[in-house]
Amino acid sequence: MAVTGWIEVDDLYCKGCGLCVDACPQDVLRLDMERLTPKGYHPAQMTEETCTGCGICAVVCPDAAITVYRKTPQRQSRKAAGRRT
Amino acid sequence: MVEAKTEVIYQRPESFTDVHTHYCPGCTHGVAHRLVAEVIDEMGLREKTIGVAPVGCSVFAYNYFEMDFVEAAHGRAPAMATGIKRVLPDNTVFTYQGDGDLASIGIAEIMHAAGRGENLTVIFINNAIYGMTGGQMAPTTLPGMKTTSSPYGRDVELAGYPLKMAELLAQMEGSGYIVRRSLHDASNIRKAKKAIRLAFEAQERGLGFSMVELLSSCPTNWSMSAQEALGFVEEKMLPVYPLGDYKVTPALQELRV
Amino acid sequence: MAKELLKGNEAFAEAAIRAGVEAFFGYPITPSTEFLEHMARRMPKLGRAFVQAESEVAAINMVYGAACTGKRVMTASSSPGVSLMMEGISYIAGTEVPAVIVNVMRGGPGLGNIAPSQGDYYQMIKGGGHGDYFPIVLAPATVQEAVDYISLAFDLAEKYLSIVHVVVDGNMGQMMEPAELPPMREISDEIPEWAVRGAKDRDPNILTSIYIDPEDEEITNLRLLRRWKEVEKNEVRFQEYQMDNPEILVIGFGTAGRVASSAVRDARAEGIPVGLLRPITLAPFPEGRLEELCDQVQRILVVEMNSGMMLDDVQKIVKGKVPVEFYGRLGGVTPLPDEILDEIRRVSKNEGEISGDPRDEWMDRLEKMRTGDQ
Ligand SMILES: Cc1ncc(C[n+]2csc(CCOP(=O)(O)OP(=O)(O)O)c2C)c(N)n1
Ligand code: SF4
Ligand code: SF4
Ligand code: SF4
Repeated sequence: MAVTGWIEVDDLYCKGCGLCVDACPQDVLRLDMERLTPKGYHPAQMTEETCTGCGICAVVCPDAAITVYRKTPQRQSRKAAGRRT
Repeated sequence: MVEAKTEVIYQRPESFTDVHTHYCPGCTHGVAHRLVAEVIDEMGLREKTIGVAPVGCSVFAYNYFEMDFVEAAHGRAPAMATGIKRVLPDNTVFTYQGDGDLASIGIAEIMHAAGRGENLTVIFINNAIYGMTGGQMAPTTLPGMKTTSSPYGRDVELAGYPLKMAELLAQMEGSGYIVRRSLHDASNIRKAKKAIRLAFEAQERGLGFSMVELLSSCPTNWSMSAQEALGFVEEKMLPVYPLGDYKVTPALQELRV
Repeated sequence: MAKELLKGNEAFAEAAIRAGVEAFFGYPITPSTEFLEHMARRMPKLGRAFVQAESEVAAINMVYGAACTGKRVMTASSSPGVSLMMEGISYIAGTEVPAVIVNVMRGGPGLGNIAPSQGDYYQMIKGGGHGDYFPIVLAPATVQEAVDYISLAFDLAEKYLSIVHVVVDGNMGQMMEPAELPPMREISDEIPEWAVRGAKDRDPNILTSIYIDPEDEEITNLRLLRRWKEVEKNEVRFQEYQMDNPEILVIGFGTAGRVASSAVRDARAEGIPVGLLRPITLAPFPEGRLEELCDQVQRILVVEMNSGMMLDDVQKIVKGKVPVEFYGRLGGVTPLPDEILDEIRRVSKNEGEISGDPRDEWMDRLEKMRTGDQ
């Protein structure tokens, strides 16, 4: 089953440097040229749904502007769930 | 049964404040800050850490870390950190310094802090230039590299050769952990973080002086885009400043983090 | 406690230890080195911090760091070393953390010599480092006084979040003199709320001397000035000697003041109505007292071991109300009581105004005396 991920870019921190755009292996990021952050930068945004949640964009972001989420489908038995607690 | 679990793969470290930094877009000072904050979070050190900010572009580092901080005179961070650590040996003390700060005006202070084996961690940002004052030659400027004070390119006959701080500091018996890493791509950033972790582990274990030299970009004063600047680090800086472990005390070699 | 025969520098260092100093950072320099050596012997045994730094630059920055933790810290040096410390001193002043610096002054400028001098008056009193700040300067004249004032120096530093310079000279540093040391004081476990000790259960503390917005720096400068006004109001200290209706007032501090006191005693024995004002706080200067005395005396003689630095301050206060004369020895030469006695005799016969800078005539007299010496 496909691993799906997504990211959020915080306008407070993003400076539109584009490093995440270049680093994303799935090429799903672009700078949003239609929008400016309160500090006057074009922030990064996700343009495709094929993000894997690999986290590379966040690793290279110099402004800790990116939060990365991943939805991991997993088989889960009640027993296994019980063991986890 | 198939369930989907949402994991947070990455989020802003807790040891960061909610402040927009003054660094230029794409400057890897920010990456270095984040890695330090992540390591401090992971090791649970925030409440006992005291940072020492330098003079240089990172002069306001204290605004970005959610922890006690002092601001040193240009180059004197290791002396200031020594003063703090000697009276508060149970606290975690680190300095964050640029190459002008550490390798030029403060070279006496850094060498002697290492020589004494001060149980400190030093995060050393080598961007081959004086960022804050607008791009003058640093002791780490590459041969031939143009800066505002080496407008024809650094002429080694006149201005000497780059100082290799990791190599120098590794010679000190008091050094416990001295490595050079780079911030030019994700995999190197991950390695840099591991090194920062080990440097703080060295301090927590009382293993002596620790320094992580980080090859870093200055898109503004190199007159490049953020991405081109990372390319410059990889292509031009790496050959002059080889990455590697220059000194790892045996007690750390066994440590797995 | 009984008096002990103590070497000046060692007594000063021990006084600091008894006052609860928790860290000493220094670099050897004559004539203050015994201070550092005493600390090297004693501090580690007491579990306190001692570092022989790589330079005075490093030493003062170690002091700066340790001062930021809210603990009692100090350094001791001598003139060329204190010059190197000026960077850190300015930062400490700008950060508003307490620190005590002992300067065992020697002859200068430059490498000069290791003989006793008061040539650092301007550097100490007027600040020395860059920027708008006001150090407190204590100038004891005996080993006992220095011992007492080193304790006070820490209290003042903490009370006013200020630099406190204790200035002595090589005479006092090297002198063996009986003195009584205070009992060992408990180290305070109080943590000032501004101190950096790790942000546990509170917001982070940030200690810096940067105020990038000039408006903020101005507010800081004003805060320092207001604090200084409090110091001026509360902390002036001086000693007077033979002040029974004096017509001539001798003013001298430290060793020069001490030598002058013997001369004043001898002059009184000759029937000359002379008294001595010995400022102990050079900053704040006993300005109010000197103003009062201007209305009582007919002539003032300033005695220093420099080219007349305090003289400038005295003249500023006297404002020409009374003629001011000067006698100084320079370059590490200590005046003898007889030299000052001769000066008092001379001044007692002088009448009328002094034309121009009192230094002009003094230089001529000194040169004549020196050639006569040989
Ligand atoms: C005593 C003193 N000399 C010079 C300066 C001016 N100055 C400020 S930052 C700096 C260089 C900083 O360069 P670096 O340490 O490489 O840090 P970067 O800005 O590149 O991060 C200089 C020379 C100063 N603040 N203090
Ligand atoms: S790397 Fe960070 S700051 Fe740069 S564009 Fe991407 S999110 Fe914005
Ligand atoms: S998490 Fe990975 S795939 Fe998703 S946007 Fe970031 S770099 Fe691209
Ligand atoms: S001047 Fe250079 S080092 Fe300084 S913040 Fe800008 S890019 Fe970074």
